[in-house]
Amino acid sequence: MSTPILEMRGITKEFPGVKALNNVSFRVAKGEIHCLVGENGAGKSTLMKVLSGVYPDGSYSGDILFEGEVQHFRHINDSEKAGIAIIYQELALIPDMTVYENIFLGNEIRKGIRVDWNETIRRSGEMLRKVRLDVNPAAKIKDLGVGKQQLVEIAKALSREVKLLILDEPTAALNETDSDNLLELLRGLRDQGVTCILISHKLKEVIGVADTVTVLRDGQTVRTLDAHKGEVSESVLIKHMVGRELDHIFPPRAHTPPGDVVLEVQGWNAYDPGLGRPVLRDLGFNVRRGEIVGFAGLMGSGRTEMAMSIFGNPLGYQLKGELHVKGQKRAFRDPQQAIRAGIAYVTEDRKGNGLILIQDVKENITLANLKAIAHNSVIDSNAEIKIANGYKSSLNIKTPTVQQLVGNLSGGNQQKVCLGKWLFVKPDLLILDEPTRGIDVGAKFEIYTIMNQLVEQGLSIIMISSELPEVLGMSDRVYIMSAGRIVGELPRAEATQEKIMQLATS
Amino acid sequence: MLSGNVQQQPSVSFAQSLIKVLRQNIREYGMYIALFVIMVIFTITTNGIFLSSRNLSNLLNQTGYIAVLAIGMTLVIVIRHIDLSVGFLAGFLGAIAAILLAQKLPVVLVVPIVLALGAVAGLITAFPVARLGIPSFVASLAGWLIYRGLLQRITEGTGTIIINDAIFNALGNGFIPDIPGLSGLFEGVHKLTLLIGIATIALYVLSQISSRNKQVTYGFEVLPQSIFMLQLLFVAALIGWITWVLAGYNGLSWTVVIVLIVLGIYHFVTTQTVLGRHIYAVGGNPEAAELSGISVKRIIFMVFGSMGLLSALSGILYASRLQSASTTAGTLFELDAIAAAYVGGVSAAGGVGKVVGSIIGALVMTSLTSGMNLMGVGISYQYIVRGAVLAAAVIFDVTTRRSAR
Repeated sequence: MSTPILEMRGITKEFPGVKALNNVSFRVAKGEIHCLVGENGAGKSTLMKVLSGVYPDGSYSGDILFEGEVQHFRHINDSEKAGIAIIYQELALIPDMTVYENIFLGNEIRKGIRVDWNETIRRSGEMLRKVRLDVNPAAKIKDLGVGKQQLVEIAKALSREVKLLILDEPTAALNETDSDNLLELLRGLRDQGVTCILISHKLKEVIGVADTVTVLRDGQTVRTLDAHKGEVSESVLIKHMVGRELDHIFPPRAHTPPGDVVLEVQGWNAYDPGLGRPVLRDLGFNVRRGEIVGFAGLMGSGRTEMAMSIFGNPLGYQLKGELHVKGQKRAFRDPQQAIRAGIAYVTEDRKGNGLILIQDVKENITLANLKAIAHNSVIDSNAEIKIANGYKSSLNIKTPTVQQLVGNLSGGNQQKVCLGKWLFVKPDLLILDEPTRGIDVGAKFEIYTIMNQLVEQGLSIIMISSELPEVLGMSDRVYIMSAGRIVGELPRAEATQEKIMQLATS
Repeated sequence: MLSGNVQQQPSVSFAQSLIKVLRQNIREYGMYIALFVIMVIFTITTNGIFLSSRNLSNLLNQTGYIAVLAIGMTLVIVIRHIDLSVGFLAGFLGAIAAILLAQKLPVVLVVPIVLALGAVAGLITAFPVARLGIPSFVASLAGWLIYRGLLQRITEGTGTIIINDAIFNALGNGFIPDIPGLSGLFEGVHKLTLLIGIATIALYVLSQISSRNKQVTYGFEVLPQSIFMLQLLFVAALIGWITWVLAGYNGLSWTVVIVLIVLGIYHFVTTQTVLGRHIYAVGGNPEAAELSGISVKRIIFMVFGSMGLLSALSGILYASRLQSASTTAGTLFELDAIAAAYVGGVSAAGGVGKVVGSIIGALVMTSLTSGMNLMGVGISYQYIVRGAVLAAAVIFDVTTRRSAR
């Protein structure tokens, strides 16, 4: 390997209760395209945030050497000054500003105390030529497609004389032509001496462009592979990405033959007017009584969008297709109607849109079904406390009393409060979106046990999960999603981590 | 991990547990303490005039039209919105009431008509906010301009409209009648007021005891016995004292009765009903509320509708108090109401705030005005002091919230 431009040694980063990075070492040679791959939650983004100073020096342990010198980035500005630029999936451009304003935003060319717009426009043109983008620098960002916006981001990075360019899932939102253009551009930049780290889930694209690939898994470096020595292939990458022991223990369950169809979805399309593109295409699936149906896929594959679109469509997608609940054709106007029809949805982001953190356990548990404890709209507070205490003991929510604010509980107990809240609406179909994200092993096991009890009682569960062992350990059937489509369905007996990952990265 | 945990330990002395309780609930008690301190200061600086029956009675009546606005504004701020239009809406509707009364319409018709108009006006403000997602600041600022214009328009020709209806004017100036035929007893004291005061104390004590017993049954943390007794004693003494003072003047005014009724209704709705729970859920986390099957739009309509209704009530009380409707009626009411709500502990971040708190906040603000007037402080200094108190209250609220985490 030639001289490294970047060396990260023994990086360990902990969040409360989770070790996101565990002694990771990562070395990038000058002038190469280095791909970073791994499952969701493997630690790729965390590692890049450590590198760029989003997590400041001191909040992690280990050393960062950039161009041979130890660095102590305290803020993203520090790493930018050193010549590192990160381009995130969520583009950081300002839609209502022009291309040239965006390129030099925060790095304005000055003449005295004024901005030198003529020079800004001239230099912008130069940068745009470098990224081979043929647009008027005075065009507004919002009038460009996502692919072109991506290139503007890169032009912005180049304008700051970037030495190391990091791209986080740059092609996730691009079509094939735009993706190919982008990858071609990266090769061109490499030849001009820009080093590049590319984070990607699309393994074909990784194989096509990478000089070196590092695989992360569960916060650790698994392997660094050299493409020029023929070490990189799809099967090797998948093996390293998922090669985890199935050491999570899942509670046993009698897999009884499933009953009637509870939910049937056909030709289901969703268009997001906010993003201006479709998010779901032609979904067709069903869920039967007493069944746990897993939905696997990578981040952004459309699983949460699927759940939201079924659960009364609160995000306002334009929907097309048919939805049958217990044999009846339905179209829900809002979540309330979906709840009345027997659907409950435990969201993936319990703090963001699941719970009301400034209210207590009992108020959260009863929120979605206050009618059940009210007489003439007046809440019976005795009944409320009884109900909440019931879920506290049956779900083993660890809180001194149900009067405790939910914001004071641990992640696992918050998740149990979410579960209690949605069980109290007495649903037929429970959609669980990443039900065990960010909670400890003990609480995970408890939640699995509860899920098993529920299906034995005749409930149906859709489980959206990015953790493959969990998908395999809990599901009766697995649907795999990618880019807004269902790309495969595997029964329990046929599902393996490798097969799922292959479909999900296709 | 747990905050606000009060353990009952017999070894802890009364003073220690008192300090502990005060420290843990400082946010809740803060404004009561502030009101108390302000009253003490003014009593000293005015040689006791501030606490005279006459002044206190006046002070409560002056607070009335701001207090009802503050109650409505509490809910508006709880759901993370604001309504700037309420002041001139109150002024405009007060003028409408005056015009209707001039047409010899009876009060029993005028008041409901004006209240209904207010509710409709609130719904109109809510429409662009709920349906189109327009910031309530902008939507209600438009209302502010429009109602100001309308108020000028209808009072332009006539100037100040004098109201001659005795019943209507009693709403802002009158007092409840005394029990007849008891002239020998308690000479010079308003006996019905005393009776109401005693009944209120009894009701308060009984409800507190039963609620505490229930909490104990469920194993919830409660105040230590001694502190609980102290609290009961304190509140009972406060109600008793206010009643005695008021009874020594003219008794309860109709304004105070109206405010207390409105306060009672809103306190009940916000703490005991499904609607109240939904309002606080929308304020605490609108996305979670929507996903829990609550229509956020409907809540916005309800809360702004109620705000409009209370604006109408405020306008009626003000017009009645001045026995006239003027071109400038309602000026700055909205800012007084917003200040009262913030001083009363409503959180700008949404989801937190009690209507009772806002009433205390309104009392704090009017006490400042009244006390400084008695002291002969110039109006310019009054604004500065009130501004400083508002800033202090909000800073206090934010810092205690942060340290409580």
